[in-house]
Amino acid sequence: MEFMNNAAVSIHDLVFTYPGQLDSCLSNLNLTVQQGERFGLFGPNGAGKTTLMHCMTGLLPYHQGSIQLLGHEIAHHKKYVNKLFGFVPQDFSFYQELSPKENLAFFGAWAGLQKDEIKNKTAQLLEVLGLAEVQNKRVEQFSGGMKRRVNLAIGVIHEPRILFLDEPTVGVDVHTRHAIINYLKKLNEAGTTLIYTSHQLSEAEDLCNKVALIDEGKIIAHNTLQQLMLDHKEEGLEGLFINLTGKSFRDA
Amino acid sequence: MFKIGSTILKDIRILTRDKLGLIFMFVMPIVLAIVITAVQNSTFEMLNTNTVPMLLCNRDTGEAGKQMETAITKVGMFNLKQVTPNVPDKEIANRMHNKDAVVAIIIPANFTQKIKQKAEETAKKALKNFGMSTDSLTLTDSSSAQPITVLYHPVLQESFRHSIQGALKSSLLMVQNKEVLKSLYFSLNDTDLPDSLENELMNNQVAINEIPISRDGNRNIPNASQHNVPAWTIFAMFFVVISLGSSVVREKLNGSFVRLKTLPTNYLVALLSKQITYLFVTFIQALVVFSIGIWLFPFMGLPQLNLPNDIAGVVIVTLICGCCAVSYAIMIGVFAKTQEQANGIGAVSIVLMAAIGGLLVPSFAMPSSFQYILKLSPLHWCLESYYGLFLEGGKLKDVILNILPLLGITFIFQLITLYGLKRKNLI
Repeated sequence: MEFMNNAAVSIHDLVFTYPGQLDSCLSNLNLTVQQGERFGLFGPNGAGKTTLMHCMTGLLPYHQGSIQLLGHEIAHHKKYVNKLFGFVPQDFSFYQELSPKENLAFFGAWAGLQKDEIKNKTAQLLEVLGLAEVQNKRVEQFSGGMKRRVNLAIGVIHEPRILFLDEPTVGVDVHTRHAIINYLKKLNEAGTTLIYTSHQLSEAEDLCNKVALIDEGKIIAHNTLQQLMLDHKEEGLEGLFINLTGKSFRDA
Repeated sequence: MFKIGSTILKDIRILTRDKLGLIFMFVMPIVLAIVITAVQNSTFEMLNTNTVPMLLCNRDTGEAGKQMETAITKVGMFNLKQVTPNVPDKEIANRMHNKDAVVAIIIPANFTQKIKQKAEETAKKALKNFGMSTDSLTLTDSSSAQPITVLYHPVLQESFRHSIQGALKSSLLMVQNKEVLKSLYFSLNDTDLPDSLENELMNNQVAINEIPISRDGNRNIPNASQHNVPAWTIFAMFFVVISLGSSVVREKLNGSFVRLKTLPTNYLVALLSKQITYLFVTFIQALVVFSIGIWLFPFMGLPQLNLPNDIAGVVIVTLICGCCAVSYAIMIGVFAKTQEQANGIGAVSIVLMAAIGGLLVPSFAMPSSFQYILKLSPLHWCLESYYGLFLEGGKLKDVILNILPLLGITFIFQLITLYGLKRKNLI
């Protein structure tokens, strides 16, 4: 299959059905995210955002369709593809018994970095994310905001070309949110493609330069935020969201 | 290599910060080894060095009653407390309820008369069999003779009761035989049995030479420490399931596992790291418990643990036992859905396998149907391997037939773990 040379992520006719279920969670989904984009994926609860994110990160194996990261099919080159991207899950994905420095040392090794690279990158990340002073304290003693920053630091230690972020600022105060969003923008300026999901739509408006709305396993809108608002005569992402997905509960 | 090193370092850090887990892994086997050895040692000493407290009420005024007293004293198993003949049975029972003694023996008033009567009957039957005249003797029914009464406290275990019963029967037999001999001698010679001949016949027993079989020719009789320290070390090794099983489940359930799956390293590295880390833990456990057996037990009044000559064999057997214990714990962790499930299943299954494997009751004492089932318990093969070294004085080559099944079971645990990981899409 041909793929676009500039595509960070290229999804074609993806179908995903959870084992034991008859209905597909994702049906014939097509999506392209260009390199360098700050891409936001939005949708109501149960729309398929997390499933799509997990398919793109190889956490859920798909059997129909194609997902390529920087031109490499995930299903065929999983180990190589895993080096290309970083993942910041919504849950705190690290060892609470360890310090930020120890967590970064471990996850850095698993990401394929060498000892010196880990040392340099750890010092840099802890400084940038304001964790240098607590680098040797156990994470279990940290506030939610500090834990979010540790979560982010681990996801970027190997300088991934694509960074998947699943609600990276949930439950944090405004200062931490600003710090995280600013850091993500800097990462993007340095060349990292961001693929981001969140229910914080105002934050998404600030961060994303391209968005897609997913509903019932299908992409129902995909463009720059400005163009989508223009097309649907809405003034913000929230209005656009309601306009395209309706007002009824989806996870009832 | 760097990845595995980093993962081991991470596991060691997490392990050493889990204070409760460490206490469970190291203090528990030490306490178990000390308590069980002390209990078994005191039981052993009760039967061999110390004595069982016994109330003796001799209501017989004749010679046989005194002989019975002497015979019981000679057994050396009892700490005799005399009770005056006029004390009623109920009062003796009350004294036992008050823990004055756990066993009481009441020799009836007509004991000598009945013994003599029975001895004469036996002699008469013997002479009749020899074809000699027995006209002067008349056969009487002695079955109505009042027996010796033995009172037991209910706390006395059955095996103990059997030992006491055996000792009393032996004493009674001695008194009876002496009377039979006297009666026979009198019937044949019309004179009493000379004391010198009586002593010769009754006391000149053939000696019993007790020799424990050992492969290295050592004739030391194994003590309670030799039995208990290896057994409870194995138990402790397998009990890492509580810490390790939980650790695997915790890693699966918390977010770190999701991230690990997105990194370019196989999850088997994490499992290999746990295998190495906890193998080291089990080895340290054995080292600590053995050291306590060797150096601390003598200060506590417990028999010292004697290490076998084949130290390399002990090290290898310890590593193989540890490997099996760790493989089992990882398997439980892979299949358990919650930490509670891993802890519950892990703990109960280890106790069951210990019981089946002969750690709680010797395997030779188990019902015949269990003789096949016990072979399924890895703890049985661990125990047999250690016993081959510690009790039989064997070398590694002598326990190889116990090690091979253990390796086989370990391999099966690993295969099941791999199947579980594949089925759950973890590798």
